[in-house]
Amino acid sequence: MSELLQQIINGVSMGSIYALIALGYTMVYGILRFINFAHGDVFMVGAFVGFFVAPVVATLVGGSGLATAVLVMVISMAACALLGVTIEKLAYRPLRSRPKLTVLITAIGVSLFLEYGGQLVFGPDPKPFPALIPSIMIVNSRYLVLSSNSVVVIGTALVLMIVLRYIVFHTRMGTAMRAVSFDHRAASLMGINIDSVISFTFALGSGLAAAAAILYGSVYPSINPLMGLFPGLKAFIAAVLGGIGNLTGAVVGGLIIGLLETLVTGYISPVYRDAISFAVLILILLFRPSGILGRHEAEKV
Amino acid sequence: MMLEIDNLQVSYGAVRAVKGISLTVEQGQIVTLIGANGAGKSSTLRAVSGITKASGGHIRFEGRDITSLPAHGIVALGISQAPEGRMIFANLTARENLAMGAYLRRDAPEIEKDMEYVFAMFPKLKERIDQPGGKLSGGEQQMLAIARALLARPRLLLLDEPSLGIAPILVRTIFEKIVEVNCQLGTTILLVEQNARMALSIAHYAYVLETGQVRLHGPAAGIACDEDIRRAYLGEHC
Repeated sequence: MSELLQQIINGVSMGSIYALIALGYTMVYGILRFINFAHGDVFMVGAFVGFFVAPVVATLVGGSGLATAVLVMVISMAACALLGVTIEKLAYRPLRSRPKLTVLITAIGVSLFLEYGGQLVFGPDPKPFPALIPSIMIVNSRYLVLSSNSVVVIGTALVLMIVLRYIVFHTRMGTAMRAVSFDHRAASLMGINIDSVISFTFALGSGLAAAAAILYGSVYPSINPLMGLFPGLKAFIAAVLGGIGNLTGAVVGGLIIGLLETLVTGYISPVYRDAISFAVLILILLFRPSGILGRHEAEKV
Repeated sequence: MMLEIDNLQVSYGAVRAVKGISLTVEQGQIVTLIGANGAGKSSTLRAVSGITKASGGHIRFEGRDITSLPAHGIVALGISQAPEGRMIFANLTARENLAMGAYLRRDAPEIEKDMEYVFAMFPKLKERIDQPGGKLSGGEQQMLAIARALLARPRLLLLDEPSLGIAPILVRTIFEKIVEVNCQLGTTILLVEQNARMALSIAHYAYVLETGQVRLHGPAAGIACDEDIRRAYLGEHC
């Protein structure tokens, strides 16, 4: 029983990281109807920004602590927001009127560019991610281990999701995002500048990916330029599972993937840890392609 | 002159929908474009609002060339459109749809006043205000589309087929409201309509379009009396 509880805590913690990344996939899909396969690599860049700025921030603020952690996260989010906007502007915007497949292939190109560019710039060897917040054992018994890390990860993810929900559903820009996701032409008739809404969406999604990276780094403190590949794929699966284009779906999907992964690792074998996500992807595509919360959308001819 | 269209051409691939249309809209008037399906009425209107690009000619609004401006820039100048097919945001509530109409405005108290104005005009909208736009009936959506366009506080309002797919009794109401907007707010209106009789009954000036060209134009009352027009568009035999 206590082992199950332990697995659930770990699963929710991992799942909320996937959920944060999945939100970026789903928002971009909602607005542009394409999968930004470079999203996982933006996550990787987020981790490296954290890696490089953490020592600088620590000396400026004076030691590690909450202020340092928050500042590192904010800087990394801002840097990735800028990166996301730049990628959209340089790589995707010129292809706006081209077939979606062209944009998709370009996204894979951007992904490879970031991965191997990252190896060139940062070096291919893994680097230790700094411990931003000292990990304290809140509960440390024979039955249950609860570290402050899990609490920080779940809590931070929750706060960011609430902020995102507020932006999307209660602000002028958020309403414009939803209007654009429904119909670009109708939105432009309202005076909405479609390009700025798209930029804003990329900034938001990439910022969340960076936050996820900082949290991920504090759980798995080893980072490398290819680290975005698997979390990116799993978050993509989470977004599809929840119903791509649906914010709540991305969170639900992320939590399910995170839980499944830890449960499979704990009760079956760590060997199947990655396989389970892909099994889920195959099953969802076979039996419910619109995802758990997605509405069925008839193919437009 | 508020709006001047000079030798406008619009093409969709190889299809030339508008083949050199020139027309003018005077401030304070209701001007209507009538004609059969495919005459180029909606294409002309879409070129004015910028969602379709002109392949030739010029469009000037209050003396300024707007031919190559993006749609959102044209809204900023004071032109808004209730488009054909209404284009209501189905995933947004009626209130959010109206808020999007006022997207470029920052004068919250004035927006609130305009909301009250459109609710007084279409009381039905107030009842459905928190419903998603997609749940509204066709007639309610048309009212919402017009109300949403008014929320931009346009100087020129473009209406594309406001009677399309609406119960006849509602068509009358909507046309009464169009006149009301023109009289009370002084908004200039460019109206595209297949229901020629209705359109001519409220317009000051009319253009009859045929296969992408202006066939004839003149004061609406005169057009309504023209024998050829009566036969071709009003279904009357004189």
